[in-house]
Amino acid sequence: MSMNPVIANDIKKFYKKYSQKHRFLTLKSALVKRTLFSDLKKDEVFAALNGVSFEVERGKTVSIIGENGSGKSTLLKILAGISKPTSGELLTQGRISAMIELGAGFHPEISGRENIFINGIILGLTKKKIQEKFDDIVRFAELEDFIDNPVKSYSSGMYMKLGFSIAVNVDPDILLIDEVLAVGDASFVPKCLDKINEFKRQGKTIIFVSHDLSTVERISDEVIWLKHGMIEMKGYPKRVIDSYLEYIGNREEEKAGIKHQKEEKEAEENRENRWGSKEIEISDVKLLDKDGKEKYVYEPDEPVTLEFDVLAHDLEEDFVFGIGIMSTEGVSCYGTNTGIEEYKSVQISEKGKVKVHFPCMNLVNGSYYLDIAVHKQDGYPFDYHHFQYSFKIASRIQDIGITRVPHRWEFSENIRIEKLPPR
Amino acid sequence: MIQKLKELFKYRQLILTLVSRELKARYRGTALGFLWSFINPLLLLIVYSVVFTVILPNRTGTVEGVKLDGIEYAIFLFSGLLPWIWFSTSLIESSGVLFVHGNLIKKIQFPIEVLPIMVVFTNLVHFLLGVPILLAMILIFGKGISLTWWLFFLPIALFVQFVFTMGLGFLVSALTVHFRDLKDILTNLLTLWFFATPVIYPFMSEAIQKHKVIVWLLTLNPMTHIIEAYHYTFVFGKLPHWKKLPITFIVGLGLFYLGYLIFDKLRDTVVEEV
Repeated sequence: MSMNPVIANDIKKFYKKYSQKHRFLTLKSALVKRTLFSDLKKDEVFAALNGVSFEVERGKTVSIIGENGSGKSTLLKILAGISKPTSGELLTQGRISAMIELGAGFHPEISGRENIFINGIILGLTKKKIQEKFDDIVRFAELEDFIDNPVKSYSSGMYMKLGFSIAVNVDPDILLIDEVLAVGDASFVPKCLDKINEFKRQGKTIIFVSHDLSTVERISDEVIWLKHGMIEMKGYPKRVIDSYLEYIGNREEEKAGIKHQKEEKEAEENRENRWGSKEIEISDVKLLDKDGKEKYVYEPDEPVTLEFDVLAHDLEEDFVFGIGIMSTEGVSCYGTNTGIEEYKSVQISEKGKVKVHFPCMNLVNGSYYLDIAVHKQDGYPFDYHHFQYSFKIASRIQDIGITRVPHRWEFSENIRIEKLPPR
Repeated sequence: MIQKLKELFKYRQLILTLVSRELKARYRGTALGFLWSFINPLLLLIVYSVVFTVILPNRTGTVEGVKLDGIEYAIFLFSGLLPWIWFSTSLIESSGVLFVHGNLIKKIQFPIEVLPIMVVFTNLVHFLLGVPILLAMILIFGKGISLTWWLFFLPIALFVQFVFTMGLGFLVSALTVHFRDLKDILTNLLTLWFFATPVIYPFMSEAIQKHKVIVWLLTLNPMTHIIEAYHYTFVFGKLPHWKKLPITFIVGLGLFYLGYLIFDKLRDTVVEEV
């Protein structure tokens, strides 16, 4: 057979926007015309998928990425046969196992053992087949000691493990996975990924929905990027993921920019986060990238310039400029001032500009706040801006802590370990 | 339609599993466990017996040659009440079943028609568990009532009631998804329906028979004939009028067809609405 196991042709899925007014109308049109939409006006429907076409070759793993609400889950539900497309055509070949919510059919009051049988039958296995696979399922889920306890006593991790274990043992030809690996503990997730790789080796077709782009890149042969219910891009994983990240970055940028302006305005009014005698005032705090463009989302290794205006109402001779970087939890990540760094103030009058150049921020992923201050050597504050400006560090490397300590790995020859190609 | 029924037959293992799951889960964690299936109808029977022999001794009189006083009346009442409870509970549970099992519908590819079927079968089991208590009652206390060969009529009455209930079950479960008020309407309607069905009074009693309009109205109610079939099977030991049950059966088949048709039409919209 040369036909591809999954062929989607111009799939559209409309949802009606929720309104009490039209309940009767929708019931009527559902009964009379077998469609929910004919009696509804254009602005009362929402297109979750708006013409999606693609094919998946046998044995290939295709991932679907996109922002929340881009239609990923809707598409997966349609592929799984749970909901029907409003229009368009979907052809699938072979048994499909969908992991949209693990353990969806479990009954909390009865034991894991009974639930395996019931869930297996719900998923289309015969009793005999389940009997055969029972031990495998329990072993894979690591639940040997708890299998006769009611499922309601399970932790969410155990629940998920059992669900995953049953779903993979259904022996599907096409496996659909929707962001289900998010709950597993550190040892189980790799086990699941191993199982997925085993499926790949067996030549099964996998469709994977996830926000975890590094996993997506690792396991996929092709990536589909959905945006507003349409395919924005599809093809070679690295290429699609990079474009997607760039898009996300730009969008965050815009958002952060707007936020920054708003914050500045609020700061004017918010006395609590600003204090001092105002003989010297700080204003117009900005973060600039290497081209001098205002920007608030940076990669950890990107140069950043902090710039602010100062205005001295009188002539001052004793002044210190200080900055601080705080994490969202209020942990001080870095702080310094001109006094600490052994600058001696001589004189300031009228308007001036201060710039702090960072060759790189070396911070881990996250949002950060800035403190900016000008005060006397003894601490007497002229103007103190606390927690008023924010910026974001967006990195694809998910390292943890506060700062990225510069480092390099080295392995002796008997250790075989490979670096994935740089993205 | 035949095609669809065949498809339903394919799901028998699934239905069986779900029914046993419901039954198992029903009493799981209770001290008496499955015994409750017997105790519930037994307690109900005791309550009715006390009410109608001690508190409210009734004067229904003799119907079809059986004197319905005191304990005999309780037996009569119970023989109609058990199938009525099967019927009404099935409908009420059907109206909510697609919501209760929303996660099956939304997260797994699942034949949703199985759910109302599961409801009707689960309640059938509860009904069947009440039957031995009724029989024991007749054997021990039924002075004027004795078990007859007409007991073999029971499966027929069961089957007719099953088809009728199932048809309504399909209808109610699918329509409630779009029109949630139906659940409350149904609860009230069933109370009315209960009194419009000869459960607590015999259809053939003089008091009823002398009002032609009431007789005519009761005859239009399919449940009248179904409940009467049980009365005749357990209490009167006779064949009810031969025309009644076959016609009810035909009505039931029509309803089943209609119910399934509407259910099938609304099927695709259920995922979005529950």
